[in-house]
Amino acid sequence: MAFYNKIIKKSIWVFHVSASPCNNCDIEILDLITPGYDIERFGIKLVGSVRHADVLLVTGVVSYKVAPRIKQLYEQAAKPIFVIGIGTCTAGGATFKTSYNAAGMPLEKIIPVNAYVTGCPPKPEAMIDGVLKLLGTLK
Amino acid sequence: MSKCRIPLGPFHPLLEEAEFFDIKVEGEKVVDIEMETGWMHRGHEKISETRSYTQSIFLVERICGICSTSHPFAAAHAMEDIDNVEIPERAKYIRIFIGEMERIHSHLLWLGLAGHFIGYDTLWMWTWKYREPVLQIFEKVSGNRNHYAMFRVGGVSRDFDNALIPEIHPVLDMLEKKMLMLAGAVKDDPVLRSRLKGVGVLTKDDAINYCANGPTARASGVDIDVRRDDGLEYDLVNFDVIVLPNGDVYDKMVVRVLEIIESVKIIRQCLDAFPKVGGEYLNKVKHISPGEGIGRYEAPRGEVFHYIRSDGSNRPLRHKVRAPSFSNIPTYKASCVGIPLADALITLAAVDPCYCCTERSIRVVDKNNKKLEHNILTMSREKTANLKKVVAGSEKTPIDRIFED
Repeated sequence: MAFYNKIIKKSIWVFHVSASPCNNCDIEILDLITPGYDIERFGIKLVGSVRHADVLLVTGVVSYKVAPRIKQLYEQAAKPIFVIGIGTCTAGGATFKTSYNAAGMPLEKIIPVNAYVTGCPPKPEAMIDGVLKLLGTLK
Repeated sequence: MSKCRIPLGPFHPLLEEAEFFDIKVEGEKVVDIEMETGWMHRGHEKISETRSYTQSIFLVERICGICSTSHPFAAAHAMEDIDNVEIPERAKYIRIFIGEMERIHSHLLWLGLAGHFIGYDTLWMWTWKYREPVLQIFEKVSGNRNHYAMFRVGGVSRDFDNALIPEIHPVLDMLEKKMLMLAGAVKDDPVLRSRLKGVGVLTKDDAINYCANGPTARASGVDIDVRRDDGLEYDLVNFDVIVLPNGDVYDKMVVRVLEIIESVKIIRQCLDAFPKVGGEYLNKVKHISPGEGIGRYEAPRGEVFHYIRSDGSNRPLRHKVRAPSFSNIPTYKASCVGIPLADALITLAAVDPCYCCTERSIRVVDKNNKKLEHNILTMSREKTANLKKVVAGSEKTPIDRIFED
């Protein structure tokens, strides 16, 4: 495990799951890989398949229709995998707290979560900080 | 040749949202397409009934993060429509400014993603680089990069700082120059031209039959634009409505590029007006009387429609939302059928679909996961009929009755 942790810090592959968000955290995540922030300089890369991912970025308040799929995605991912909830929605439901269709508030009800980055939407700097802080805790 | 089904989604790298396409192909050719939505449903209309009018506006802002001005814009119009509230002139200019800045950022976002889908990642990186200064202006004006929280019933919630005007002009100059450059590059590039020209054609008749709106309809030669047709705030500024005849993906791209240039012109007019138009920016509305109101706004994707019924309390009795993608998404049936599968993806993306906006209803199933006979349309009609009885039957509102009990 220590060897794995040493390697993962150098190159983090990220898969983005949108679980009924408002698209805002999603476009801010995409913003990270464009020239304004360019996180590829830290070795962080967005990948197209969950099977390649080291980190799952989950956005949105998980609806009842999406919840089983999120579970399935988490089970498909190669372990160990780190889950980061992006946005206040994953952490506490934000304005959708009283919604009849919100299954996951917080996201821990559906899948294990390692960190939350709150904000509506969190700034890209905050997201980078969140990922790097999480990796800082690895031994 | 036998038909083959290609499932796409709900979690796939094409669009960042979750949606499911069931594409039927014969060899390379798409013969039918079905969509399944509902992954993004969060129940805005129901939550809105439990919030006050001011809170409702911040709630509908969270319908979609990309066009997060359009929904508050239309909702504020609907609430003002009930009492015919006049808003101050400065508030009108601030509303136009925010709305048009958002149109620029939304169209740039789409241009980048369109480039990404057809394998031009350079175009993606470029357009998103130009989009970044727009978001920074938003942060200076409203305090947040997205979700600006600028709208209130009767005006806007905070004033525009005139000291920012000299900072905004260079960004507009840069955007106009780069957009002209981009328009030239799109026009001259033979690969991009052959990839987009004549692909996914939506004819004018089809656009009218499917009730398409926004840039999707304008690229097919349908001359509609709520900003010009309804007037309201937009009577204060001059702009052209871009209409192109062909209806293919290429025209949809060019319409958006030219609309960015139009938006830059509108924003310049606003910036010229800000130092001259002073005074109040919020006409405080303390009470909304019983009645109905509708509000429309031309979002970057098309017409947003909000309906609000008030019973005189501080909360809406009914809040109905119809987003532009709701009528744009079914045009896939006309534009995707008969084209190669490789072209289908860019055609799917070309209407700039926003599923978060669209998903306002939910399918009701019984315990065996079968669709109930009692479908959602009947339920919706019954609810309206019941509400009519309540409102027409007595002077008392439902909330009064609760207190009586």
